[in-house]
Amino acid sequence: MTFWLIQALNGISYGMLLFLLASGLSLIFGVMKILNLTHGSFYLLGGYFGLVVLQETGSFILAVLGASLAIALIGIVIERFFLRRFHLQQLPQVLVTFGFLFIFSDIATVIWGANPQTMPRPELFAGSLQFAGFYYPTYRLFIIGFGLCVAAFLWWLQDGTRVGAMLRASVDNEEIARALGINVSLLFTLVFGLGAFLAALGGVMGGPILGVYPGADFEVLLLGFVVVIIGGLGSLKGALFGGLVVGLLDNFGKVFFPELALFTIFAPMALILAIRPAGLFGRE
Amino acid sequence: MLSIQDIHTYYGDSYILQGVSLELTPGQVVALLGRNGVGKTTLARSIMGLTPARRGRILFKQIDITNLPAHRIARLGIGLVPQGRQIFRSLSVQEHLDVMARGQGRWSLDAIMELFPNLRARWRSLAGKLSGGEQQMLAAARALVGNPALLVMDEPTEGLAPLMIRELGRTIEVLKQTGTSILLIEQQLAFALRYADMVFIMSKGRIVHQCSPADLASDALTKSRYLGV
Repeated sequence: MTFWLIQALNGISYGMLLFLLASGLSLIFGVMKILNLTHGSFYLLGGYFGLVVLQETGSFILAVLGASLAIALIGIVIERFFLRRFHLQQLPQVLVTFGFLFIFSDIATVIWGANPQTMPRPELFAGSLQFAGFYYPTYRLFIIGFGLCVAAFLWWLQDGTRVGAMLRASVDNEEIARALGINVSLLFTLVFGLGAFLAALGGVMGGPILGVYPGADFEVLLLGFVVVIIGGLGSLKGALFGGLVVGLLDNFGKVFFPELALFTIFAPMALILAIRPAGLFGRE
Repeated sequence: MLSIQDIHTYYGDSYILQGVSLELTPGQVVALLGRNGVGKTTLARSIMGLTPARRGRILFKQIDITNLPAHRIARLGIGLVPQGRQIFRSLSVQEHLDVMARGQGRWSLDAIMELFPNLRARWRSLAGKLSGGEQQMLAAARALVGNPALLVMDEPTEGLAPLMIRELGRTIEVLKQTGTSILLIEQQLAFALRYADMVFIMSKGRIVHQCSPADLASDALTKSRYLGV
């Protein structure tokens, strides 16, 4: 029993990190129709930036905020000066974001080397919590709670605010939204920045349990895509549900069939693609 | 108010507007008539900045808006009621009006509700769930809460039942009384003639005829030549 509970919590906390990553991926696609391959870089650079800030200041909160804001800024620059030229042209967009993925990957290796780095847990959550006769790391519980808070915030932003209504209007009919006075171009930039922010958030928050290492960018990008394919690209609900499914599948897959680790994730994905190509919560 | 001066607009390589000029004075209702595919909607798109003219210029309140981004043009005071309504399916009636409300003026939410009592009853409904007539009212209300000085209406009667068309006519009369200028793009000759102060007729990307509604009503030759009636 304890075994199941611990493994489930491990899967859920990992799923929350995947949600942070996939929500941005999904948001950017849902609003701008851009498949952002640089998203993996945002995650990895977020982790490295977080490490730097943590080493300089010793504050985990500053590391999370500083790194995520810096990555958001990088995202905004990429959107404004590169992607902006290729509005709704998918092939050039994919090439640009793919290019940045490689560029950032190399830059990160040059600066931080090829060795994996570990990030210490924040002091407040360094310990373990005892309940029902077993110990569980508080940091993982914190990630679960944090992920739920981010999900609630994104929901409120989308359905409960004026900006959210403008976003939905732009998704429904971009031209008419512009012709009625909505600054869609500014909204796009903000959305791309927010997406980058969320990915970096995942990178810093994941640092203490997953480490920060070269290749993590490609790894999480692939998982992020599995999440949005299962959940449905463009759907917030889908990103949360898909994140949890992939987190749990990944964790239990590694526990029970370590030699089939990738199969346990990609087989369900292929199945969903075959039955519901738009994903569980996607719009056709 | 609005001065369109010899504009030329293209869709890619197709040459759509081939030198269109049109003047609209404050408080005037101008009807733009013509068969399908002569460039009426393209003219609306050029005014709104969605398909900017390549040559010529458009002045609105003495400001050159030819190449301004669409949202800036809207914020200067031009409201669009687009062809086919094109309401936002995933927004409620309330959200439509909240998002588009802009500027001080006659069209507060209360005034809009008074003009369109049907919308008040559907306040929380998603726009995608409204009837065609209600969607048309919403498309008009959404443009009006921006308190525009000029309203561009692109075939607002299209697909409406006679009762709703009468309702729409009543709205246009109220707008006229409040001094809002209207560019009314229409296929329904009778409707246009009833409300317009001046009529322009387009054919093959050009304005080919300009007259008063009364003159057009009695001009059988022009009607059969350009409007097919």
